[in-house]
Amino acid sequence: MADRAGCGLSRHERLVEDLAGGLEPVRRLPAPAVRAALWLGAALLIGLMLATQADPARLMLRLRVPDLALAGIGAVLTAITAAFAAFATSVPGRSGRWALLPLPPLALWIGASGLGCLREWIAPGTDIPGAHTVTGCFSFLICVSVPLSVLIVVMLRRACPLRPNLTAALGGLAVAAAAAALLIPVHPHDATATDLLIHAAAVAIVIAANGLGGGRLLGRDAGLG
Amino acid sequence: MILAVSGGLQAAGWVLASGSDRRVDTTRAGERQGGGVRMALEDDLAALMASAQGGDAAAYRALLTACLPVVSAMARAQGVRGEAVDDVVQDALMTVHRARASYDPARPFLPWLRAITQRRAIDRLRRAGRRPREVNDPLAYEAEADPGPAPGQGLEAQDRAAALARAVAALPDGQRQAVEHLGLRELSLDETAALTGRSKGALKVNLHRALKALRASLTQERE
Repeated sequence: MADRAGCGLSRHERLVEDLAGGLEPVRRLPAPAVRAALWLGAALLIGLMLATQADPARLMLRLRVPDLALAGIGAVLTAITAAFAAFATSVPGRSGRWALLPLPPLALWIGASGLGCLREWIAPGTDIPGAHTVTGCFSFLICVSVPLSVLIVVMLRRACPLRPNLTAALGGLAVAAAAAALLIPVHPHDATATDLLIHAAAVAIVIAANGLGGGRLLGRDAGLG
Repeated sequence: MILAVSGGLQAAGWVLASGSDRRVDTTRAGERQGGGVRMALEDDLAALMASAQGGDAAAYRALLTACLPVVSAMARAQGVRGEAVDDVVQDALMTVHRARASYDPARPFLPWLRAITQRRAIDRLRRAGRRPREVNDPLAYEAEADPGPAPGQGLEAQDRAAALARAVAALPDGQRQAVEHLGLRELSLDETAALTGRSKGALKVNLHRALKALRASLTQERE
């Protein structure tokens, strides 16, 4: 089978000796749900810091609009399920079907946000954002996404993502959904088609950046050294 | 802890080498597909990994040694062949080492190991620029060349030998002796002359006639 070297040990036996010889105790990783909860906790922390800038009266008013409330619920649920799926798929032996978990809330999020577009025609006169606020939303989404992305990549690397692209895409989705959910309290206006497009672009950039960068970050050499 | 694990391995019918080196012989693991043994194997490997996570080098050595045949069987099942199997085993053990913190002893060990091995086998096959061969792919199966003899090849050779033997036996004595000694046994003219008591000239004539007769009879038979 393996070649025999002069020292009498096969290639595999030598490797086993090397690995066992340099063995150090490791701290077992918590369950994916626990790790997802930790990451979501960090996202919540950012949300609490932002809450100081929120306008509660306006927030309550917007949440009474069914499609805005549904989009918010969809984004929150997408963040939770995508984070769990990302951590679950980062552990060897866990089913890749966990990746399907965020799809229903994702459909709710996208669908409810899409309804927002219609309101522009159904109820004309809604608060149309100017170019300045739209850029503000865009930079907000990106600024919130960066620290959350860095955190989730660092946490995912501690496991062993054998499907790095899938795990990274799920992580990206979790980040994008969390950032969109965090935007709700500080959102200065109602959803419109332009608004939705900008959001979609920001979300796509975050997912793609995580998928491309994270795929490499979470690849073969990821994990414990 | 390790003593208990070793007892478990022995109970599962495994051979344990004595001495400080707790090496486990798992050559029979592949033959044993019984549910009970597999469960015992799972439990043992999970317990060994749990100890290894705590820094027990002996348990880790026993675990990795026990994994060697399992990993190479998994790699073969994935379509890896030849020396590449050894490369996959090396890659998989390195990944097991890197990812050991991600194993949860409450869950079965083999699916964890299989996921790692399969990924490394796929990486290896991709690097080699080959696609894994699917055993249930009928086209690939049909196109696979078999280096062994074709079916019926032995029977044909047997038939030809029998026909030749019949033709040689039907020759007159002098010619038959010439063919047998000079042609089949490849003796020299001198040796054959000494053996049969015939002159070398006679032997040459006999061989010539015998070959002519054989050519005629075998050609006839084939027609």
